[in-house]
Amino acid sequence: MMFHWRWDFTYEILPRLMWATVNTLIAAGAGYAIALVLGLILALAQRTNWKPLTFVVREFVEFIRSTPLVLQIFFVFYVGPQFGVRLSPWTSGMIAIGLHYSAYLSEVYRAGIEAVPRGQWEACRALNMSTADTYLRIIIPQALPPSVAGMGNYLVGIFKDTPMLSVIGVAELMHTANAIGAENYRFLEPYTMVGVIFLAISLPTAGLVRLFEGWLRRKLGL
Amino acid sequence: MTIWDFLETYGARIASGTLVTCAQFGLAAIIAIVVALIAGLGKLSHNGLIRGVSVIYIEIFRGTSLLVQLYWIFFVLPLFGITLPKFAAGFISVGLNVGSYGAELVRGAIQSVPKGQWEAAYALSMSPARRMRRIILPQALGLMLPPWGNLLIELLKGTALVSLISVTDLMFQAKQINASTYLSAQSFGAALVVYYILARFLITPFMRRMERVMARRLGRA
Repeated sequence: MMFHWRWDFTYEILPRLMWATVNTLIAAGAGYAIALVLGLILALAQRTNWKPLTFVVREFVEFIRSTPLVLQIFFVFYVGPQFGVRLSPWTSGMIAIGLHYSAYLSEVYRAGIEAVPRGQWEACRALNMSTADTYLRIIIPQALPPSVAGMGNYLVGIFKDTPMLSVIGVAELMHTANAIGAENYRFLEPYTMVGVIFLAISLPTAGLVRLFEGWLRRKLGL
Repeated sequence: MTIWDFLETYGARIASGTLVTCAQFGLAAIIAIVVALIAGLGKLSHNGLIRGVSVIYIEIFRGTSLLVQLYWIFFVLPLFGITLPKFAAGFISVGLNVGSYGAELVRGAIQSVPKGQWEAAYALSMSPARRMRRIILPQALGLMLPPWGNLLIELLKGTALVSLISVTDLMFQAKQINASTYLSAQSFGAALVVYYILARFLITPFMRRMERVMARRLGRA
């Protein structure tokens, strides 16, 4: 078989790929939402004074960050049933990808929090603010702007990692391309179109993140 | 089945998978470093064509997923007459993918070498090639080693995907053991631990050591 691009076939499969793209975006969005919240919890847990907790959380973050996401996806999906917990591909996929990226995001938050000048903490202490108020009203608002670049990079990163969910049967873009390829014995168009769709979404998103970061910096007078 | 029984029965398969993973890692790392240097320097070239090719390579590989690139190289490239065995397709895809991220590190590090160094080399009438080789690159190397440590861990994690085109690496063996025994926690857990050991106790200390050696050679320690 030689290289021969068929446009009619491309148009025929495009609607299916577009629907799969919606699924991919939902998966990326849901995973990111989990990661944003869980990442903050992991970052704050590392700042408590209780040493065993900080140690365990620190090691957990290192462990998640240095093992492959695809293996974590398999782990979550298959280990549940062994102990009687049956998770759907979507649920386990979201747990795995959300957990994976929460470890990365906790590092982003941590760097942001550590960048807040000491004087701000001392001022809060001097004003007798509660710990919750200190974080919610003083520290986190100042820690966010420098974190935006890192958070944006991981938004694009999570989007690019969603194809790994296809291994447990989440019907996202890669999974659909595989199915189309297997049904028609043509892999050139589906796989190439998946690449094009990824480029068409991730490049503008990366650009938007940079614009947003610049805007936020100007807005806050940094 | 206790974990010891499990390791006694399947330890050999896990070890052979680990060996394949290490081979994939080493070969992909070589490709990534070479490609990152070429594309990183290419992006700074005055020649528009070289710069264009470098930018297109970097954006395509950074803008799409490793899995997409892997499938494309393994399933679609043969239609263009380039058929790669799965082992080669695996490490070439991973290497090219990580190389595109590395290229940005190379470019950033070269650009952060202080202006005075460039001017001093110019004042000593060094040729551009000599200036790059003797003055700029060694200092850039010192600057970019820490982020390369992280990137190499990403590379190790990336090699797990080659199992999806049936390269018999650690991930593949874990999947096979799981499929025949349903001992998911043991098989995937063992693989997770091995990846963790490779990343945390081999790659990270090695890169730390490299950073120290580099700092000494640059006279900064």
